[in-house]
Amino acid sequence: MKLVTFRGGVHPPDGKHWAKEKPIQTVLPKGDLAFLLSQHIGAPAKAVVNVGDRVLKGQMIAEAGGFVSSPVFSSVSGTVKAFGQRYNAVGAKVQAIIVENDEQYDEVEYPPVKPLEEMSREEVIKVIADSGVVGMGGAGFPTHVKLSPKEPDKIEYIIANCAECEPYITADYRRMLEMPEEIIAGLKVVLSLFDHAEGLLAVENNKPDCIKILQDLVKDEERIRVVPLKTKYPQGSERQLIYATTGRMINSSMLPADAGCIVDNVETLIAINNAVNHGRPVTERLMTVTGRAIANPANLIVPIGMNQTELIEFCGGFKETPEKIISGGPMMGFALFTTDTPVTKTSSCLLCRIHDPIADMPASACINCGRCVEACPSLLVPSKLADYANQHRPRHFQEWNGLECVECGCCSYVCPAKRHLKQSIASYKKSVIAMNRAQAQKQAEEAKKLEESKKAAEAKKEGGDEK
Amino acid sequence: MNENIHVSSSPHIRSKVTTSSIMFLVIIALLPATIFGIYNFGIRALVHVFVTVAASVLTEYVFEKGMKRPITIKDGSAALTGLLLALNLPSTAPWWIGLIGGVFAILVVKQLFGGLGQNFMNPALGARCFLLISFTSIMTNFPQIGNSSATPLAALKAGEAVNTRDMLLGFTSGTIGETSAIALLIGAIILLWFGVIDIVIPGLYILTFVIFISLFGGHGFDPYFITAHLCGGGLMLGAWFMATDYVTSPITPKGKIIFGILLGILTGLFRLFGSAAEGVSYAIIIGNVIVPIIDKYTIPRAFGKKKEKKGGAKS
Repeated sequence: MKLVTFRGGVHPPDGKHWAKEKPIQTVLPKGDLAFLLSQHIGAPAKAVVNVGDRVLKGQMIAEAGGFVSSPVFSSVSGTVKAFGQRYNAVGAKVQAIIVENDEQYDEVEYPPVKPLEEMSREEVIKVIADSGVVGMGGAGFPTHVKLSPKEPDKIEYIIANCAECEPYITADYRRMLEMPEEIIAGLKVVLSLFDHAEGLLAVENNKPDCIKILQDLVKDEERIRVVPLKTKYPQGSERQLIYATTGRMINSSMLPADAGCIVDNVETLIAINNAVNHGRPVTERLMTVTGRAIANPANLIVPIGMNQTELIEFCGGFKETPEKIISGGPMMGFALFTTDTPVTKTSSCLLCRIHDPIADMPASACINCGRCVEACPSLLVPSKLADYANQHRPRHFQEWNGLECVECGCCSYVCPAKRHLKQSIASYKKSVIAMNRAQAQKQAEEAKKLEESKKAAEAKKEGGDEK
Repeated sequence: MNENIHVSSSPHIRSKVTTSSIMFLVIIALLPATIFGIYNFGIRALVHVFVTVAASVLTEYVFEKGMKRPITIKDGSAALTGLLLALNLPSTAPWWIGLIGGVFAILVVKQLFGGLGQNFMNPALGARCFLLISFTSIMTNFPQIGNSSATPLAALKAGEAVNTRDMLLGFTSGTIGETSAIALLIGAIILLWFGVIDIVIPGLYILTFVIFISLFGGHGFDPYFITAHLCGGGLMLGAWFMATDYVTSPITPKGKIIFGILLGILTGLFRLFGSAAEGVSYAIIIGNVIVPIIDKYTIPRAFGKKKEKKGGAKS
């Protein structure tokens, strides 16, 4: 098997055995649900229901707040109880619609579905937008925006990101095993939008069973093939995946479309298939609840908005007290300080660990060993960047390409001195971007002022001449 | 809910490799050469190892205690510095040479510049050069092994014949740890095997050196002459264990290439045209000092970045 990959990366212990063998189950919530208005990149959604309204499953309760935005749908039937604030995965309090669950699960009547062949490009994209589909791998970028590049004819590859390179998570794995047809159907929907594109199912070779299943399914497909990838973290990172599958490179100032690529992960393709072929909006997603602390690790189809405390209870609660609870995988996920937070469109995993190794590893001095340089998939020098970040030296930080960091965490993972490299670099990257933006704004304003004063001076001069 | 739930920035897992595990591996890799040195030069060699290691570790402890800094002797770096220094001393030197060397290495070269990771030159080499300049006769007085007390390199420079088989095995005169090329190569293989060092710097160092002496040595590509130069003096010890010192070598991939080539040229230059027979220590130390400049001009191009004229520091 020919394997493709990228330079750098790490091989963390994969921890997938906890939930790998657990078939997909559906979970029904009992308590209240909280639908965050901002569970995607872009403008928050705007509520279209009032307190006291009865809502049905699949009913839109918040509309898109702009082009780069996405609507939110209720995942249960019940009554709108309140508008409140709830913590999201990164620990910020955001606006949410609270729905009291009547446990009837009455569903709205979805409009009839038009066959894909009869739909125009615009119609397909509109359905995807109106169904609330966003990048469900974690970024939450509205999918309809991604599917509307400036030059659709130049898109040559639609890459289905089936890498699932984060340790512990097995959701995509179960999807590929149990419902591969739906992934391919979703990919076909995207392919129908781009006449010149080829569909690539990119799977890491630690999932040979999935590679086999997908290969059998697409052997008669002209436009789709399976690309086995070398198992290495962060193989599922967009830039690294594009490079591995097509040999093309993009940097922080480019979009995948600039390299003729569109990347969608498994869960997003499932959502696209549900939206276009079945007329159903995004009301649920597959999540892995796993880790040593969880009594019964599972892969669950979870209604969006469900409280994660309830989710843990569904999995038998904690068999041991967790020391760390992570939303997402151990490499890029967010540590939660409370599980009283709702599932969103981008929640892929709830990882409950009984031991937090980071606490036993105080950071010590950098010995310049260069392991971070070897591991960095963006080919940066993380140890230097972290120094510049800690010293607040924006010029050096940018000179050493700090803005190209993809925040994969490989540098922190390999560091023998256990320095928090990714943390320093990622947080300073945000500051530098903000600084640059402020500076650009200031310069634009100054240029404008100068222009105005020039005009004023000229006008005065002309006025003077006339006199 | 657990009150003591931990919150920190990702990633939430870390590799098992630690600073002390790396230092420990390097010490292990130096053991073949150390043991051979003690066998070759006798109990005096063992005394030197003991004195320098103890002096280095104690200096670090006392300094950090005095400065009210965290004590870092457990990371093994001070012990490693001490061991490297011992291997760079002639066994005939009095015991207090090791004491002065160990204190100088840790106090002046390492701690005064900020401790681990901050020193701009290899502490063991810095101390060796300090001793070489201050106590030249003691530091160049080598014991008699076989029928010669001259080091093979000195003999070679004087135009005498040397036995390359003895040099390969190490039955020659020299500093405690430098004589056996085989023992040092075993250590090098350990370091490469466990991924502690990368072949780039030592490989290019040795390769460049071979090319240099073939071109300017006056013997052309003469296997006997080249083998004698490779196994003689501190080249093997320097190339595999000192030039690869993380702190004092470049971190950028291109910088490592430049560094390796530079050391090869400097060593060749010092050995062929210098007044002394040996040049490895000075070559590495000069290399160490210009590492920050090498790094500055070899900023790697980031993934997906096009070649651009601006080129950061070059502008």
